[in-house]
Amino acid sequence: MKVFDLRFPLGWLFAVLGLLLVLAGLRATPTADARSLGININLIWGVVMIAFAIVCLWLARREARRRDSNVTRNE
Amino acid sequence: MQPIHLGPIDGAILLIYFAFVLGIGFVLKRHMRTSTDFFLSGRLIPAWVAGLAFLSANLGAQEVIGMAASGAKYGIMTSHFYWVGAIPAMVFVAVFMMPFYYGSKARSVPEYLKLRFDEKTRALNALTFAAMTIFSSGISMYAMALLLNLLLGWDFSLSIWLSAIIVLLYISLGGLTSAIYNEVMQFFLIVAGFAPLVFLGLRDVGGWSGLQTRLAAVSTAHGFAPGAFTHSWKFMGSAADNPMGVQWFAMLMGLGFVLSFGYWCTDFLVMQRAMAAESMSAARRTPLVAAVPKMFFPFLVILPGMIAIALTQQHGASGFSLPAKPDGSPNYDLVIPMMLGHYFPPGMLGLGLTALMASFMSGMAGNVTAFNTVWTYDIYQAYLRPRASDSALLWMGRAATVVGIAVSVAAAYFAAHFNNIMDLLQLVFAFVNAPLFATFLLGMFWRRATGHGAFLGLISGILAAAFHHGLTQPHGAITLAKGGWLGHVLHVYPSEMAQNFWTAIFAWTTCFVVTILISLVTRQQKSDDQLRGLVSSLTPRTTEEDVAWYKRPAALGAFVLFLALILNIIFW
Repeated sequence: MKVFDLRFPLGWLFAVLGLLLVLAGLRATPTADARSLGININLIWGVVMIAFAIVCLWLARREARRRDSNVTRNE
Repeated sequence: MQPIHLGPIDGAILLIYFAFVLGIGFVLKRHMRTSTDFFLSGRLIPAWVAGLAFLSANLGAQEVIGMAASGAKYGIMTSHFYWVGAIPAMVFVAVFMMPFYYGSKARSVPEYLKLRFDEKTRALNALTFAAMTIFSSGISMYAMALLLNLLLGWDFSLSIWLSAIIVLLYISLGGLTSAIYNEVMQFFLIVAGFAPLVFLGLRDVGGWSGLQTRLAAVSTAHGFAPGAFTHSWKFMGSAADNPMGVQWFAMLMGLGFVLSFGYWCTDFLVMQRAMAAESMSAARRTPLVAAVPKMFFPFLVILPGMIAIALTQQHGASGFSLPAKPDGSPNYDLVIPMMLGHYFPPGMLGLGLTALMASFMSGMAGNVTAFNTVWTYDIYQAYLRPRASDSALLWMGRAATVVGIAVSVAAAYFAAHFNNIMDLLQLVFAFVNAPLFATFLLGMFWRRATGHGAFLGLISGILAAAFHHGLTQPHGAITLAKGGWLGHVLHVYPSEMAQNFWTAIFAWTTCFVVTILISLVTRQQKSDDQLRGLVSSLTPRTTEEDVAWYKRPAALGAFVLFLALILNIIFW
């Protein structure tokens, strides 16, 4: 029996964490940025993580669809 | 030092991660119907998942904390653990050894030894391996609890029990699949948590050239040539010229050949991930998939150590310095956590800590899944209840998970005596694993090797390691745990690392020679028919005609070796 595709939980985890980082980044104060050398690292990295999450979920869905259509064709 | 204060968002990130970890365990529970599901993921894992888990299972505390500490102590030379050590061994196991591991349908590495040699060789391997995994898992827990205590002021016992219970839950629910899935998530979390850290640190020291300039000062302060911390090969002509105190022959033979091949080609902890792969072709690709990110890990785990020591050298002019241990030397084990606290604002701090926790927990989980399998198949089913039903085995797997974790908690409390986790683990690996690779090499490629030969070879290899360690000492040793415990010191090595590499070389050579000699004077108990699929000369070559050429192990392996060669040249 095939278990679920790992890319689903992976994608969702990164999406949620990325979103939290973006929220933190939007509320960042200059003092918080000073720590990370004046870069709003929360915002930038949050966006990167969300982009990664989207790619993961897209790939997982594409494969799930392909498998579904194979199953219906075989029936 | 002052504990770092965690904001609500950091706590939220950590909790979300825990929820995902446990959620995966709960969802997988209904897929765990047979012992094969629980111990081998039903042999259904795709190559990329198995590959990342292969890499990640080894990425516990010893890797992340130990490699950063070694980076601070020895500089870029630490990357030999990857570019000379792990990568060639991973290519070798994929191209040459996997056909026998996967093809034999053995459910564990000790079981392969039983099929190829005999019962006693398997028993020796199963028992030492079971003890070693529990020990490693205990060390992983100990390191985590110590760090969290220093870093966040968390209670030592609370950290241990919390992580133990989370790992216990997700493994006893979802078995190996749960461990593998979480290991892959952890791999991505570590990259996500540490890559920005390295970026910020490197920016702070003025890029690679800035780092070189500052490390030149560190180097000369230790009495070495200015480039000794930033060149991996240039100063290996003599052991006295480099901070690791290792000469090139000991490096190539000890680490590159014996220790690395001993670990990556025989350790069931990593091999279990490949054995769970969905096909022979996927199993052979598993170590190769792992090798590609593996060779770039020095930038994530070693570079922070080098950056930290470069910044510390300026006596805090940049606002960063490593805290000192009670004896006044810098506390190298705190490199990563200190940098997390220094550079990351709330939010990223939570992510960095989550990455660290994830690495600790999956290091533990990797050991526990390997332990419960070896215990159930190679000790319980083999000697205690040979006729156990499959559901009894499944039950025993869950029980072994509970007992294994309980014993590692005890080991965690016990592990508190040693400062550099990496050196200690290398020592244990040198005693038990170093001779093992000689046994597998002869077992897979010389059909004449016998069970008695393998068993006595292993025993003498382990004894040779112990004697060598007992008769030598690293420079400046003060405790007998570092060697010389036989009362007479024959040789003093410039460093503990050099001593470990030579211990491994002696153990391997002894095992290799003794196995051959004993095999020649004993009778082969196994018929050619029994050895089919286990020994190279009696096994038809696996053809990979149905697989695209770029997916074939030889092509992928050559590509991986080429990349590793380039890295060696760049950081010459």
